[in-house]
Amino acid sequence: MSLRILAAGCVLLFATGALADQPSVQVQPPDLQGSRPLEKQTAAAVVRDYLESWQKFRAALDQNQAALLDPDFVGTARTKLASAIGEQAKLGIHTHYQDESHKLQIVFYSPDGLSIQMIDNVEYDQQVLDRDRVLATQHVKTRYVVVMTPAEVRWKVRVFEATPE
Amino acid sequence: MTLPQTVTAGSAFSVPTSGSGPAVLYIVGPDQALRRDVQLGNPVSIAAGDLYNAGEYLAIIVAGSSSSSGELEVTPAPHPDTLSFLATPSRVPVGLHNGINGAVYVFDAYHNLIVTPMPVSFELSGSSGPSQARTITTSHGVAWTEIDSASKQGSAKFIAQAGGIATTRVIDEVPGDPCGLTISAQPDGAKLRVQTALVRDCSGNPIPDGTIVTFTENYNGAQTTADVPIKKDIAQIDMPAYSGATISVASGVVAGNEIRWGGGR
Repeated sequence: MSLRILAAGCVLLFATGALADQPSVQVQPPDLQGSRPLEKQTAAAVVRDYLESWQKFRAALDQNQAALLDPDFVGTARTKLASAIGEQAKLGIHTHYQDESHKLQIVFYSPDGLSIQMIDNVEYDQQVLDRDRVLATQHVKTRYVVVMTPAEVRWKVRVFEATPE
Repeated sequence: MTLPQTVTAGSAFSVPTSGSGPAVLYIVGPDQALRRDVQLGNPVSIAAGDLYNAGEYLAIIVAGSSSSSGELEVTPAPHPDTLSFLATPSRVPVGLHNGINGAVYVFDAYHNLIVTPMPVSFELSGSSGPSQARTITTSHGVAWTEIDSASKQGSAKFIAQAGGIATTRVIDEVPGDPCGLTISAQPDGAKLRVQTALVRDCSGNPIPDGTIVTFTENYNGAQTTADVPIKKDIAQIDMPAYSGATISVASGVVAGNEIRWGGGR
């Protein structure tokens, strides 16, 4: 996996694989609610884990494999995505999502440290396929509200919701 | 196909279509996928409760080998149904400034996060003293606050309320650290009976039985230490009665007074 991270005008390369198909990522300084200070390491971990969750999301919706969500999604987010995967499988369709860019900003860190909320202004292509036949392709520009909670070794996505910009 | 720009989660709507013949309508998003058989030229009805997860959807009409598509946005229902209320800690010392915090995420009946700003009221009421209340407007679906713990121990109800939905958490307000910890000593044969005064916190709440009080006796370069649990508001112990010994007391991070036996207090 490679991630192109744009922060404060800098381009940071995370060299973990090929650059092709990888989204550009811009991380804006936190605009934080909450009294708890946000350490840089925590912010970096949240962003890293969220971007990894997109990879699992893409694979799960493309292959109709809900189990692929398990490392990265919990609670409501996992339940809804898994439900959609079940419906896709029943209808004989699958969806290919390709995220092109993420503009991320952390907006809330709960005082107890048990949830972080982030806004992701994301652009992606959505392609719906009936087996191998492409039914439609759409370029989507939207804003996701994401709530992440800490698990044993990583932050997991608990709320993953596209909202009006 | 003419799509509504936005649809409220769980609401009924219809999609007018043009043309003729049979076709299939798909509505596909990350959280839901629907299919309806349609007759082109007739509107397609989506019943209340059928499309209920907020998000961006792609609506596609497939007729034979041709298809047309458009975007559809589903927004959360405006009325709260569930408050995810995280209140911490569950046990807090009395008299602590901003010692209790609460964060509320507001969801509709379909577990969509309601991101439209709305007021959330927080109220902390204990067994004694006035309640503390404040109203915070949500930002991106979340509201949070910090509140002082009361000066008297007891169970407090921490209530969050939005749109007629209330959620309660119970906070156990417990005594703080001992305040003004003092000991006295009385001879008892070859020993000294060392005893604390009533152990209270700075608000006058009794420190719970079982809290450890540490007595330390120093005499002639040797040190004797004893940990004693509070029982019925006091801690006491018998220690060797060495003339010139000093005896001190502490509990947790709080140090009390020191007495010198045989040399006066």
